[in-house]
Amino acid sequence: MTAVLKVTDLVRHFGGIKAVNNVSFEVAPGELRALIGPNGAGKSTCFNMLMGQLKPTAGKVFLNGEDITGRPPREIWRLGVGRTFQITGTYQSMTVAENVQMALISHNRKLFSVLPRAHRLYREEALDLLETVGMVDQADRACAILAYGDLKRLELAIALANSPRLLLMDEPTAGMAPRERINLMQLTSDIVRDRGVSVLFTEHDMDVVFAHSHHIMVLNRGELIAEGSAAEVRADARVQEVYLGGGTLFAAEDAHA
Amino acid sequence: MKSMKTWTAAAVALLSMSTATFAADTIKIGEINHYKRMAAFAEPYKKGIELALKEVNDAGGVLGKPLEFIFRDDDGKPGDAVKIAEELMTREGAVMLTGTILSNVGLAISSYAGEKGYIYLASEPLADDLVWKSGNPYTFRLRTSTYVQAAMLAEEAAKTDAVRYATIAPNYAYGTAAVEAFKENLKRLKPEVEFVTEQWPALFKIDAGAEVQAIERAKPDAIYNVTFGTDLQKFVREGTTRGVFEGRKVYGLLTGEPEYMDPLGEESPEGWVVTGYPWYAITDGPGKTFVDAYMAAFPGETPKIGSLVGYMTVESIAALIKKAGSTETPALLEAFKDLKVATPMGEITYRALDHQSTMGAYIGVTAVENGKGVMRDWSYKDPAPYMPSDEAIAAMRPAK
Amino acid sequence: MAMGLFVAQLLTGLANAAALFLVASGLSLIFGVTRIVNFAHGSLYMIGAYVGVTLMNVLPGHFGFWGSIVLAGLITGLIGVVIEMCVLRPVYKAPELFQLVATFGVILVIQDLALMIWGAEDKLGPRAPGLKSVVRILGEPVPQYDLALIAITPFILFALWWLITKTRVGILVRAATQDREMVGALGVNQAWLFTGVFFLGSALAGLGGAIQLPKGGADLLMDLNIISAVFVVVVIGGMGSITGAFLASVLISVLNVFGVTYLPQSTLVLMYVVMAVVLLVRPYGLFGREEKAGEHGQVGEPDRPIRPFGKMGMALTSLLLLGLALVPFLGSSFAQVLIVDILIFCLFAASLQFILSTGGLVSFGHALFYGGGAYAAALLMSYADTPMEVAFILAPISAGLLALVVGWFCIRLSGVYFAMLTLAFSQLGWSLVFQWNEVTGGDDGLVNIWPSAWLSDTTTYYYFALVFVTAGILFLRHVIHAPFGYALRAARDSARQAEATGIDVRKVQWMSFALAGAIAGLAGALFVFSKGSIFPNELQISKSFDALIVVFLGGVKTLSGGIVGATFLEGAKDWLIRLEYWRLVLGLVIIFVVIIAPDGIVGTLRRLGERLGLRRQEEFMR
Repeated sequence: MTAVLKVTDLVRHFGGIKAVNNVSFEVAPGELRALIGPNGAGKSTCFNMLMGQLKPTAGKVFLNGEDITGRPPREIWRLGVGRTFQITGTYQSMTVAENVQMALISHNRKLFSVLPRAHRLYREEALDLLETVGMVDQADRACAILAYGDLKRLELAIALANSPRLLLMDEPTAGMAPRERINLMQLTSDIVRDRGVSVLFTEHDMDVVFAHSHHIMVLNRGELIAEGSAAEVRADARVQEVYLGGGTLFAAEDAHA
Repeated sequence: MKSMKTWTAAAVALLSMSTATFAADTIKIGEINHYKRMAAFAEPYKKGIELALKEVNDAGGVLGKPLEFIFRDDDGKPGDAVKIAEELMTREGAVMLTGTILSNVGLAISSYAGEKGYIYLASEPLADDLVWKSGNPYTFRLRTSTYVQAAMLAEEAAKTDAVRYATIAPNYAYGTAAVEAFKENLKRLKPEVEFVTEQWPALFKIDAGAEVQAIERAKPDAIYNVTFGTDLQKFVREGTTRGVFEGRKVYGLLTGEPEYMDPLGEESPEGWVVTGYPWYAITDGPGKTFVDAYMAAFPGETPKIGSLVGYMTVESIAALIKKAGSTETPALLEAFKDLKVATPMGEITYRALDHQSTMGAYIGVTAVENGKGVMRDWSYKDPAPYMPSDEAIAAMRPAK
Repeated sequence: MAMGLFVAQLLTGLANAAALFLVASGLSLIFGVTRIVNFAHGSLYMIGAYVGVTLMNVLPGHFGFWGSIVLAGLITGLIGVVIEMCVLRPVYKAPELFQLVATFGVILVIQDLALMIWGAEDKLGPRAPGLKSVVRILGEPVPQYDLALIAITPFILFALWWLITKTRVGILVRAATQDREMVGALGVNQAWLFTGVFFLGSALAGLGGAIQLPKGGADLLMDLNIISAVFVVVVIGGMGSITGAFLASVLISVLNVFGVTYLPQSTLVLMYVVMAVVLLVRPYGLFGREEKAGEHGQVGEPDRPIRPFGKMGMALTSLLLLGLALVPFLGSSFAQVLIVDILIFCLFAASLQFILSTGGLVSFGHALFYGGGAYAAALLMSYADTPMEVAFILAPISAGLLALVVGWFCIRLSGVYFAMLTLAFSQLGWSLVFQWNEVTGGDDGLVNIWPSAWLSDTTTYYYFALVFVTAGILFLRHVIHAPFGYALRAARDSARQAEATGIDVRKVQWMSFALAGAIAGLAGALFVFSKGSIFPNELQISKSFDALIVVFLGGVKTLSGGIVGATFLEGAKDWLIRLEYWRLVLGLVIIFVVIIAPDGIVGTLRRLGERLGLRRQEEFMR
């Protein structure tokens, strides 16, 4: 089976600083994979290169075997990659449903159409997606008055609009209450299971990571230092070292487990 | 004290929410101008109108009715002026239109008047196109043509042995026309002249130091100046400071008009040959009567050329209506043909040929007396000899 | 000899830079800290000149002269403080750039006050005592006062530099330029910081007005005559940068001096070419800081979701249209002419509002396309004997194509730099039209551009205009509710999300810019045939600002703001202009409306309606 996403020797320099250095990995179909690491490890830089916001200094990114290195975000999206942001990026002046409809309009290449009324276009499909993330009852509320957790769920619905084969989620639970975090990750797991989507996500909250990912990669100072299952990563000496004082984190995880 | 008075005036103006009065039966003239945008020019002009109106109405008005001017501000915008023209003619009951200083507003009203069949007497605009290239059957013009004034200066220039000329004129239609007319006439009178530099500062944005340097660099024998207003002030100051006028003849179009000389005061240039208005030196005749009446009516004010034009505008219109015996447009059009009007400048005629009046110009040499710029050795010149030929004018005017 | 002239020209340029630098640095400082684009800055310059000339005529000698300049600066600074506290402070919370409407009101008020106080006649500035003659440098005469100016300017630059880098106030100012919220968090009273900056900026403008007196004087047109040059300098130097303002003043002034010598007919064009080129190469000016996307875009509450007219809206619109259709049966022919004017302005404003509100693209040069369309029609009629109907159709197409070209350059920038580049292009277009006499007729314009015989009747043209304006506005409104309009709003709300979901943000914005340009061109075509003539003032900076002002006045976060604002302003002006001091009254009316309706007329009425329970709160806001 070919990998959905294949990254080979990805490098990114900022001036003299190597933000990402020779990172290679693959994401298999239906896999829920986490990319973790301390602040400044290069997770966001890595993500931005995968999604086209940043051009790599070197290395390649393949999507279903196709080279997508350096292509702009909108083209990568059209190839079947959805994305959610660490800081949500929703359309404040639209309703919840319209946010999703907007992505559907784009997916159906109706962006430059001036004839139909947009608020009726693909509404059913949008409601279905909102149903998936449990937001259908808020479909007609203005996005601007949503709670933060709801925005995150909405963004997930938007990301699903083009039936992606791969979802990139940058800190999906950042800024959420613990209860909401669990719900959102459960939702993500369900989506992976039901739709056969692959997910690559970064995360700070180790509870979330260890509870939900199939496979974990640890990034430190731009380099992958470990990967494997939750247990393997937890046991890794270098990971222990990186998360100095992270004993509490792991302790918490142990308690949870 | 002055500001107190203006404040009171403002308050009164605010209270009376419309300038249109409701006097029963008057003959109304629509007067459109840039009273605010061009206040320095429009205020004396309006005073001239008010003075003449008072005289006309004290003498019983015209056709037994008082003459009334409805003054409206167009903010210097041609589009607004056209709208106001329509309002004056169709809602305020004006029988004809007059006014404007800026050429472009005059041209806009003229074009509109031609289309709608309203009579328009362009009082002050400087563009000759009004009666020539863009002339139409409904537009008439009072003020001395730019071409004629430039030709008068060219005649004076041709008398000297200056050969190398520099010109400086504001970079817009009036400036270009004024330079063209001067060049055309001077070359005809004296083919050997050459124009060594032409300077075109943007209107009211002159960079005087640089202009003076550019003129000096060309080493002309003489300079032809068309700048006016604040541009002229800056040009004169920089030019005097840097000595560019020394040993050179300077010809100034309109430079001698009080509007431009008065602010310069003791710094007025000396020895320039200019067209203007030497009201202070007119000692007898209707010209003197006007000056005295003006100064009596507006204590502390001295007449400007605008005052005279405003005054003559009213006289022209009064004479027109008297001659027509009616205020209907066809009768007025007919009466305008070779209409003769007695004015402070003597009798003028609105030529049937091109609707241009035969208002002439005063030409003289500048000097400073008692801290004021004045014209000396001046004379009043009739425009007829300086006009293009009748055939040339007829060819310029668009076919009806 | 040639060397001497070269040096002398350079010195002239440097001397000219002095006043320009003072005014520009003040504007730049005010913008940098308060983000207010102060249109009234030229008025402060004018006040400085008038106050200076008044004082100089009273105070004698050297001390009197230089003292007058300093006093003029201080007095102007205090006037700036009054403006800031009375007019601007109440509207800081309004959407970004809303304050410029207030400053527009201030311009009008100051114009009339200056006329009342100082009279109409130009005032020649006194010469500086002891500096009345020239110094010969390499044989060329250089005025002594020029040398004084050249000497003073670096001193002022240094003083400003010292103030901003070495004092606590300066550190706060700099911090505020970088991050306003941060300063608030540091416990500094932001209101007083703004007032202080306004004082300094205004004082610099006043100083500029007073210091140029020996080279010119004070007159009533100097406020608007300097403002575009000042904008050019601030933009080239980089918004908020004092050093940039200095270098740009020198650059522009020196270039201008050489332009006068070598390209005497193109002095206006030159300045705007330089501005456009600098912005294309260095989008943020020489010393400007990059504007982060969305950094200042969405102040205040976000725009609300939109819906097409419901039954009520449709009924009211139909009623309004019916009323307009009946005007020729009830009103005078003047009423028709007036309404045509208002309709055209509404269409123009609606086209700007389309890119400004829906697209979040603040254009300072929209008149380029309005005037462009009008000139396209007029030129076709004048030179190609095009039938009026064809010229009328080609006008919006030409304007749209022009917008396509200009947009291609501009759309790469965002925020205030986008605004400034559109301004540069429109001024470039204006100066070309103004100075290309042979083709455009220059200032004397193109006349006798009348519609065909079947349309020449006032009432027929009224219906013609009514149909096209209604169609244009309804079309724009429909587009706003169509996928394209939604894509445009998406690009405005979150360019990042839009790009990540397949939307080519630039292309969408570019197309909307072209569409808005075409509609503005349609308005221009309607204008030219209603007036029969066209002049450069229709694509001047003030025309662009007229449209900008009505959009903000009506409510930038609404759909109908531009139309309501245009009707209000045009109607108010038509009525007030009959007064002696109409500018004063109109200015006060604008300031009053701005203060009581910081969300614009429509936005504030909507809010008021909801609060009073007259209007149901929209479903999606619950």
